[in-house]
Amino acid sequence: VIAPRTPRDGPELTGEALGERLTRTWSRRPGFLGWLMTVDHKETGRRYIATALIFFVFAGILALIMRTQLATPESGLISADRYNQIFTMHGTTMMFLFAVPVMEAMGIYLVPLMLGTRNVAFPRLNAFSYWIYLCGGVMLWVAFLLNIGPDVGWFSYVPLSGPEYSPGKRTDFWAQMITFTEVAALAVSVVLVATILKQRAPGMRLDRMPLFVWATLVTALMVIFSMPSITLASSFLISDRLVGTQFFNPAEGGDALLWQHLFWFFGHPEVYIIFLPGAGFVSEIVQTFCRRPVPFYPAMVLALVSIGILAFGLWVHHMFATGLPRIGYAFYTAASMTVSIPAGVQIFCWIAAIWDGRPRFTVPMLYAVGFIVTFVIGGLSGVMVASVPLDLQLHDTYFVVAHFHYVLIGGAVFPLLGAFTYWFPKFTGRMMSERLGQISFALLFLGFNLTFMPMHWTGLLGMPRRVYTYPAGMGWDMLNLASSIGAFIIAASVLLFVINGLVSMWRGAAAGANPWMGATLEWATSSPPPPYNFAHVPVVSSRTPLWDGEGALPVATGLRVDDRETLLTTVIDAVPDLREPSPEPTIWPLLAGLATTALFIGSIFTPWAVVWGSIPVAIALILWFWPKDREPSEEPVMR
Amino acid sequence: MPLLTWGCAGVQSATGGDGVQGARFNGLFLIFLIVCLIFYVLVIVFLAVALVRGWRARRRGVEPRESDSPIRPVFLGWVALTSITLVGLTLASYFADRALAANGASGKAVVVQVTANQWWWDVQYQGAWPSERIRTANELHLPVGRPAIIRLHSNDVIHSFWVPNLAGKQDLIPGRDIDIALLPTRPGLYRGQCAEFCGAQHAHMALDVTVESDAAFEAWRAHQLAPAPAPATPLAIAGYAYVTGRECSTCHSVAGTPASAQVAPDLTHLASRRSIGAGTFPMTRGYLYAWVADPQGAKPGNHMPVIGLEPHELDAVVAYLETLR
Repeated sequence: VIAPRTPRDGPELTGEALGERLTRTWSRRPGFLGWLMTVDHKETGRRYIATALIFFVFAGILALIMRTQLATPESGLISADRYNQIFTMHGTTMMFLFAVPVMEAMGIYLVPLMLGTRNVAFPRLNAFSYWIYLCGGVMLWVAFLLNIGPDVGWFSYVPLSGPEYSPGKRTDFWAQMITFTEVAALAVSVVLVATILKQRAPGMRLDRMPLFVWATLVTALMVIFSMPSITLASSFLISDRLVGTQFFNPAEGGDALLWQHLFWFFGHPEVYIIFLPGAGFVSEIVQTFCRRPVPFYPAMVLALVSIGILAFGLWVHHMFATGLPRIGYAFYTAASMTVSIPAGVQIFCWIAAIWDGRPRFTVPMLYAVGFIVTFVIGGLSGVMVASVPLDLQLHDTYFVVAHFHYVLIGGAVFPLLGAFTYWFPKFTGRMMSERLGQISFALLFLGFNLTFMPMHWTGLLGMPRRVYTYPAGMGWDMLNLASSIGAFIIAASVLLFVINGLVSMWRGAAAGANPWMGATLEWATSSPPPPYNFAHVPVVSSRTPLWDGEGALPVATGLRVDDRETLLTTVIDAVPDLREPSPEPTIWPLLAGLATTALFIGSIFTPWAVVWGSIPVAIALILWFWPKDREPSEEPVMR
Repeated sequence: MPLLTWGCAGVQSATGGDGVQGARFNGLFLIFLIVCLIFYVLVIVFLAVALVRGWRARRRGVEPRESDSPIRPVFLGWVALTSITLVGLTLASYFADRALAANGASGKAVVVQVTANQWWWDVQYQGAWPSERIRTANELHLPVGRPAIIRLHSNDVIHSFWVPNLAGKQDLIPGRDIDIALLPTRPGLYRGQCAEFCGAQHAHMALDVTVESDAAFEAWRAHQLAPAPAPATPLAIAGYAYVTGRECSTCHSVAGTPASAQVAPDLTHLASRRSIGAGTFPMTRGYLYAWVADPQGAKPGNHMPVIGLEPHELDAVVAYLETLR
C-alpha cells in the first residue's frame, strides 16, 4: 500500500486536489457490478424514490380502473373477483410500496446532506433494505398479474383472510409482502435514527436540526415501534394458514378481534408515518420560499413528537363498530381529537411564516399552499369521524374514503410532489419546468377535489366502501360519475408531472449548488452532490447556516481522505466525538437480500423453507460481515 | 354543504333520520359541521391574508421579520381556541353516545335474531312460544314507534349490520354475538347493506327494511306464521314436486313441506319479499327466471350453484315460487 502524501483533508489538501482524492476514495466501481454493489446513500435513495414512484403510478392505474367501473351503476366492466383484487392491490401498494418507502427514501437521500455528513450510518444495511423492498414489491405484483393477487383488502381482516374463507395462496402473498416491507422499513429506520443522532455536523445541536430531519427522526422511531405489531399479526396469520395454528379462530379459542387490534396498532401510526415527513417537506419549502424560518421552532418540534406519541393511543377509532365497551370508546374519541391540537399548531406556524415572510410563488410553494387548503379539510372530517355516534354512520362509507384521501393526498402527496420539485435540482443538477409544474399542480388540485369532495356526499347518502358495483337510483350516480371524471384529471396531472421530470432531467436549466437560496446544508454542496457529499465537514451555529453572513461556510477538517471516514458527534450537542470508518461497496447486501427473498417466498408454500432457506441467508450474512482481508492502512500522522 | 343531502335522503341514507338514533346523528353532525366550517373559514382567511400581505411586502422589498414575539399572543390564543373547541366537541359526542346507548331498553320490544352469512341475512322473529317463531331472509319488518332488539350473529366472516336511515352500524364478529337496539319513528321502505367487506359478493348483501304501523306489522307477522299455500295449477304442482324433491331442498326450506334444510334462505313466503338474492334483483317474474336459471350470472361467487334446469322445469319452479306469497 502506497501511503498517500496528504492523508487528511485540511490545510494542505484543498480545492480540486482534495475533490479528486475524495472521489477516488468514495466512488464505486464503474459498470453493472459496481451499480449492484453501491452503498452510496444517494444512489440507494434515488433507486428507492424511483421504485416507489413506479409503484405509485401502478396503483394509480388501478384506481383509474376502479373509477371507470364505478362511473356507472351496475357496470360490467370488471368482475367482482377482479375488482376485489384491484382495490386490495391499490391500498396495499399505495400504503406499503409507495407512501412509506418514498418518505423514507427522501430521508435516505436528503438527511445525510442536510446533516453535512458523507454517508448514512450502516450503508450496507441501507442497500439491503432497498433490495428486500424491491423483491417484496415485485413478488406481490407478479402474483397479481398472474391472477393470484390478494383479494381481502389492504387490512385483511380475519376470518375472511384465514384458511377457511381464503383458500389458495392469494392472501399468503399479501402477508409475505408485509414481511418484506417490515424488514425493509425497520432496516431503513435504524439507519436513519443512527445517522440523525450521531452524524450531525459539528454545532448542529438537536435544536438546530432542520424540521424535515426532526420529522424523519420521529417517523423512523414510529416505524420501529409500530412495525413489530404488524409483524406479529402477519406471522400469526401466516402460521394459521400454513401450519394450522388457531390464533384467530374463535371456535378453537382464538379471537378474530385480536387481528384488528394488532393491525390498527400499526395501521394508525402508519398514517402519521406518511403524514409527518410531508409536514417536514412543507416546513422546508415554506422556510425557503418565504425567506423566513418557520416560527415557534420548539412548538413545531413538540407538535411532531406529540403526534408521534399520540398516534399510538388511538387505534381503536378504527373499531368503533365492533362492540367494545362504550366508556373505552370515549377515551379513544378524546385521544383522536387531541391530535388536532399539534396539527393546528403546525398549520398556524406555516401560515405565520407566510404572514411574516416574503413568499415567492414557485411550484413547490404552490404545493405547500395546496397542502394547507386540502389537508385542513381532511383534518376537520377526521374530527367528525373521531366522534363515536358520527363514526357509526360514516365508518366504511365513502365519507371515510374522502376523509383519508384528503389526509393522505392532501397531507402527503401534495407535499411530496412539492418536495420532489424543490429538491429535483439537487437530485439531478437541473431545474424542472416551472410552467409545466404550474399546469400539473392546477390539474391535480382541480382533479383531486373533483374526485374526493363528492365522496363526502356519496358516503352520507349511504354508499358503503369496497363494493364493486352499486344499484341505480340510490342518488349516487352523478356523484360517482363526477369522482370518476376527477380521477382522470388527476391521472393527466401525474402524467404531466412525470413528463416534466423526464424532460427536465435531460434538458432542464442547469441548477447550480443553491438555485432556491435555501438555508440548509444540502444546498452547500454541488448539484448533484459528489460521491463524498462535502469536501470538508461543515460547521453550523444556527438553524439556517447558509443564511448566516457572507462568505464561505466554516468547516471542520482532519478526516482521512485515503479511507472512507465519517465524523461522529454527540447526540444532543453535536460536539465532534469520533472518526468512524464507513463501509466499502460490496455485493453481499444484494445476495443476502436474494437469499432472504428465497426464504420468504418459499415459506408461502412450505414451512421447511424457513429451515433450509436460513442456510443461504446465514452464509450471505457471514460473508457480508467477514473481517476485511486487509488491515486498515496505517493511521497517518501529521508531521 | 352536506346539508344539501337532507333534501334528497333516500332509502339508504345516513341523513334520513327515520329512527331515534338516525335523528340524533343528524343533530350531532350539524353541530360538528358548523364548528368545522367556522374553523375552515378561519384558516383559509388567515392563509389568504397572509399570502397577500407577504406578497405585497415582497414587492415593496421589505425584509422579512424574523422575531416570533409579536405573534406569540395570537399563537397562544389559537392553541387555546382549538383546545377548548375540541373539549366541547368531545363532550357533545360523549353525551350523544350515552343517549344512544340508553335507547331501546324500554317498552314491548320486538326481538329479532339476524344471522349474517356470505352473502345474505337470515332473519328469525322470536315469539313467546316456539310456534310463534317465524323465519325469513333479507327482509326486516318493524313496527313504528316500538323498540326492536336485533340479536346479531355471524356464521362465517365479519359482516356489519347497517340500516343508515334508522341507526349506525354494528359489526357481526364470529364468536362475539351482540345486540343493536333500533327505534324507528317514521313508517317507510328502507334499505340496509352489509358495511364490512366480507368477500366476493359484499356488494350484493342488502336487507329490505319495512317500517309500518303496529297493525300492519302484526298482520304481516300472522301471515308469515302460516305455512306455504298448497299449489293449485298443474305447473305449480310440478314446481312443488321439483323444489321439495330435487336439488332445491338440500339447502332451502319451505314451511309446511318436506323441504326443511337450513343452510340457504327460507323460501316460505319468498314472493312477498321486495327483492331476490339479498337485493340483487327486484322481485318480478322475469328476475325470478333469471335468478333460478343462472344464480351465478348477476351474483358470481355466491353459494347457490347453477342447477341446469330444463326449460319446462324452470317454468314449473318459477310458477311454484310465485305462489309463495
